[in-house]
Amino acid sequence: MKHVWGFLKYGVVIVLAIIMSGPVITALLGSIRTSGEFVSQPIGLPKNGIQWENYTDILFSSSFWSQMWSSIVITLGAMVVAVVVSSLLGFVFARVDFRGRTLWFNLLMIGLLFPLAVAILPLFIQLTQFGLINSYWGVILPIAAFSTPFNTVILTNFFSQIPRELEDASYIDGCSRFGFFTYILLPLARPPLTVVATLVVVASWNEFLLPLIVLNDPGKWPLPLGLMQYQGQFGTDWAKVMAFVMLLIIPAVIFYMFAEKYIVTGLTGGELKG
Amino acid sequence: MSSLDSRILPRQKTISAEARRSQQQKVLLITLFFLPGFVMLFLFIIAPVFQAGYYSFYKWNGLGPLQNFVGLENYQRALTHQVFREALLHNMIIMVLSLTIQLPLAMFLALILIRGKLRFQRFWRAIFFIPFVFSEPITAYMWLFVYHPHSGLVNTFFSQVIPGFESQAWLGNQSTVLTALFVVITWKYFGLHMLLFMAGIQNINTEVEDAARTDGANEGQVLRFVTFPMMLPTIQLSAFLSILGSLQLFGIVLLMTKGGPAYASELIVTYIYKFGLQRLNLGYGSAVSVLLFFIALIFSVGYQRTVMRVDNTK
Repeated sequence: MKHVWGFLKYGVVIVLAIIMSGPVITALLGSIRTSGEFVSQPIGLPKNGIQWENYTDILFSSSFWSQMWSSIVITLGAMVVAVVVSSLLGFVFARVDFRGRTLWFNLLMIGLLFPLAVAILPLFIQLTQFGLINSYWGVILPIAAFSTPFNTVILTNFFSQIPRELEDASYIDGCSRFGFFTYILLPLARPPLTVVATLVVVASWNEFLLPLIVLNDPGKWPLPLGLMQYQGQFGTDWAKVMAFVMLLIIPAVIFYMFAEKYIVTGLTGGELKG
Repeated sequence: MSSLDSRILPRQKTISAEARRSQQQKVLLITLFFLPGFVMLFLFIIAPVFQAGYYSFYKWNGLGPLQNFVGLENYQRALTHQVFREALLHNMIIMVLSLTIQLPLAMFLALILIRGKLRFQRFWRAIFFIPFVFSEPITAYMWLFVYHPHSGLVNTFFSQVIPGFESQAWLGNQSTVLTALFVVITWKYFGLHMLLFMAGIQNINTEVEDAARTDGANEGQVLRFVTFPMMLPTIQLSAFLSILGSLQLFGIVLLMTKGGPAYASELIVTYIYKFGLQRLNLGYGSAVSVLLFFIALIFSVGYQRTVMRVDNTK
């Protein structure tokens, strides 16, 4: 009975894992074969040699690198703005006593009810009025704004765990509140700040809808829109499209392996270990 | 005594001045630290949401001034538009399917991985979770080929397993398109719920479960009466994220089916994109957005109410 259960549980997980990875394996095998091979047999090894030019065609095109650059600008911009803004808010909510604190916090929490996609058309009108259409700021600032409520919750929780004695000691040593925040709290908060930064990086690197409506000029498009454009050009040439897909999957997987701890912690609201 | 008083009084004055200065410093600090966050929140979330309520009473293309006041006509148009009503229905179908299929599947896997004490847990977790960090275009185009009407993975698989199976255009058929898209959505998002459940299970004190076993409960009873109730907060969070998540779906559907065929996979956000943004019917689109806000609000308030009720019965 024990053997049956042991066999069964691995069996179930392995079957589900194969189903999960099926599309990725198909894309990988498709990207190194010709489109003809790919369409006649979705899963199979390359019979005419590995088609490296599916990859090199993309890697030697200037548009791919300009899309990479746009993605980096948007991601870094959103990350910096989001981390700065939410750590300032988190500090006040966690360490400063004042009347109306709960009220302000609840106001912030209203933001959680309106995800970006749900508010996209009103946001578009607002960005048009600010003249932020076709500007990277029109992508960066809304991403940072919509991620702020959740980020602030994470940082407020962490900041309020710092012992009161540490704060008092720093005041006795002549620190101002601002000094305590900059020189004591922020260095201590590196792990939760990394969690926030990681979540914003994942969200802004993958954001599709916002750049689609904000950036009119395809020269400014980030990678997700670049893939859409490429598919539009070579829609029937599946091998080329799958090569582009793989070029985006590989960095995502590598990033996940390095940032796993922070992603998992951030999404599950758990404590950082190790 | 009087000399003591005279010595103390000036000092008290300096203390209160110090206190006032520290109070001023505090107000300044709160203002400075709140300003960037709340200005951003106001400009990009709160103001647009309220403005949408205002614009929704006008027929407006976003270019000229607001002149064409139409009252509630935009709302009336939306609520009587067959495509909008179908889009709403599709969102509800996906929401119900997510709650009844995606979440139990995630729970099942989380239980096997943790309670089954499987080896290489991090590896399995990565396999099931990684699609969550892929962008929507990556997911959409990979699956577009999986559903290829002649040679996709699904058709190839079924034609090998079922003799005489005829290839299907899964995304081109009105009766299969929504199910096919739901499979993609599950593939991409159920890993998040599995992650939440895994963390939830690990937070349970196993001694309580052991106590139930000692009292003669079988494994099913332990799950039903001990494990699940103790995981209630996690399950509630997961359900809430799933409900809000299914209202936001956009990219995968736009890229795979454009809401077709014949609007059979239209969702609310793709509807707003097509009928509001692309055609610059910003007044009409605002009205639809306001309806969507209310739907989101009803679900979150209703959700919080059920949560409270559950908590009261405990």
